[in-house]
Amino acid sequence: MFQPSPWRADFPAIDALQRQHQTYLDSAATTQKPQILLDALSHYYGHGAANVHRAQHLPGALATQAFERSREKVAGWLNAVDSQQIVFTHGATSALNLLAYGLEPLFEAGDEIAISALEHHANLLPWQQLAQRRGLKLVVLPLDSRGLIDLNIALQLIGPRTRVLAVSQLSNVLGAWQPLEPLLAHAQAQGALTVVDGAQGVVHGRHDVRQLGCDFYVFSSHKLYGPDGVGVLYGRSEALARLRHWQFGGEMVQIADYHSASFRPAPLGFEAGTPPIASVIGLGASLDYLAGLDAHAVAEHEAGLHRHLLRGLNDREGIRLLGQPQLALASFVVDGVHNADLAHMLTEQGIAVRAGHHCAMPLLKSLGLDGAIRVSLGLYNDSDDLQRFFEALDQALELLR
Amino acid sequence: MSLPMAAQEALNVFEQAAGWEQRARLLMQWGERLAPLSEEEKSESNRVHGCESQVWLVAEQQDGQWRFKGASDARIIRGLLALLLVRIEGLSSAELAQLDLPAWFNQLGLGRQLSPSRSNGLNAVLQRMSQLAAGA
Repeated sequence: MFQPSPWRADFPAIDALQRQHQTYLDSAATTQKPQILLDALSHYYGHGAANVHRAQHLPGALATQAFERSREKVAGWLNAVDSQQIVFTHGATSALNLLAYGLEPLFEAGDEIAISALEHHANLLPWQQLAQRRGLKLVVLPLDSRGLIDLNIALQLIGPRTRVLAVSQLSNVLGAWQPLEPLLAHAQAQGALTVVDGAQGVVHGRHDVRQLGCDFYVFSSHKLYGPDGVGVLYGRSEALARLRHWQFGGEMVQIADYHSASFRPAPLGFEAGTPPIASVIGLGASLDYLAGLDAHAVAEHEAGLHRHLLRGLNDREGIRLLGQPQLALASFVVDGVHNADLAHMLTEQGIAVRAGHHCAMPLLKSLGLDGAIRVSLGLYNDSDDLQRFFEALDQALELLR
Repeated sequence: MSLPMAAQEALNVFEQAAGWEQRARLLMQWGERLAPLSEEEKSESNRVHGCESQVWLVAEQQDGQWRFKGASDARIIRGLLALLLVRIEGLSSAELAQLDLPAWFNQLGLGRQLSPSRSNGLNAVLQRMSQLAAGA
């Protein structure tokens, strides 16, 4: 039965891609954008760009107002107490780097950082490098057979030496919600700061940072139907106050002298240089768009497509799923077929999926794989997209087998 | 400069290929022609990095002429390697440096395999080949 997407027409690029015979199934990498965002960008640039938090002139005041309104919208989206808890960065990766540098003075040699075995490189490498700089121990929490962080082991590994726990909410490879609640509660009881990488999780459903109870929550705009070049760092006020400043210049300074300076607190103190103003304003527009959708209908739609995707993959012989994906995406390999060959055949047929290690090389290695194909869904996808994918997959496998 | 015989043969069949499926089939067939590498030749130092699959490239020079060998665990890149090797077989360093390899793959209807976002590794293979040829 055909499952249309009621929101497809809101995304002009989907139509454009279709005219180029491209079926876009790579939304976990980045999403297509709603018209309302294109309008916001065009409005900002078309009506007078200006720098924010600097000038007293009217364009500057308007840009600052719009920029700060976006901060409020992000705070509202995450149910943060205060918009001053929202720091704009240049992406999720830069937000995690900010944390790894900002928290550095809190560590002493021998302290531990806990991450999980499924982390995206963005939530692995900053901590790995911090551990190397300061002589810390990076503890890797293992996964169980379902692709979830193994709680029994994790709760033993997170102990009094753990200063930071940094974990993904939803894996970009395995598509499974991680058991954050017990992990965060346990880490906090041990006195650790908690960091949640919400890059994938934030795209599906609404997440309440107060309910989550994490100290920091990170996501990137471009995966949430917003512009690229913007990331968000949410922090509890007490946690933000513990961060050391890390990038310097621009309006992050309070008083500057030749030989010394003092800096603003968060958020501005962590937004050195001119921020991506248009993109921040655009993110606000995307959030307006998303807030206007029937969240229940979106969740139902995504769940329906995901069931369709899993059914189709399970129906075909020799296909092996990675983990037990619950939503949004499915990664797989095919027995006896190299994923690079399959990727070639799918690309030739206009199917835009991702092949390779998905920026999680250690995870793929631990699964004994050097790559996999990932199909990921956005709210604009419909069942015809999946049908085209399956036809192309069958055709590819026929050629390759 | 006239094409080596095997390269001319490749050009003839690829020029006539209609559609992606036939090209893919041909690529896989040509890949089977690659002389196998020994286990010693599949060494870390012969690995070409930057590919989705494992690719090895071995270069030897005899009497001023290059002899390349290559292998991969993926079939499409094997085919691309085979098409590269038939074109450069027996060339001198000077001839190799002058050769327009992207044009060669364009002639075969495979130019898109060289676009920068392609991770199949053909770009990495070409780079590695130039390094090997320049280093000797």
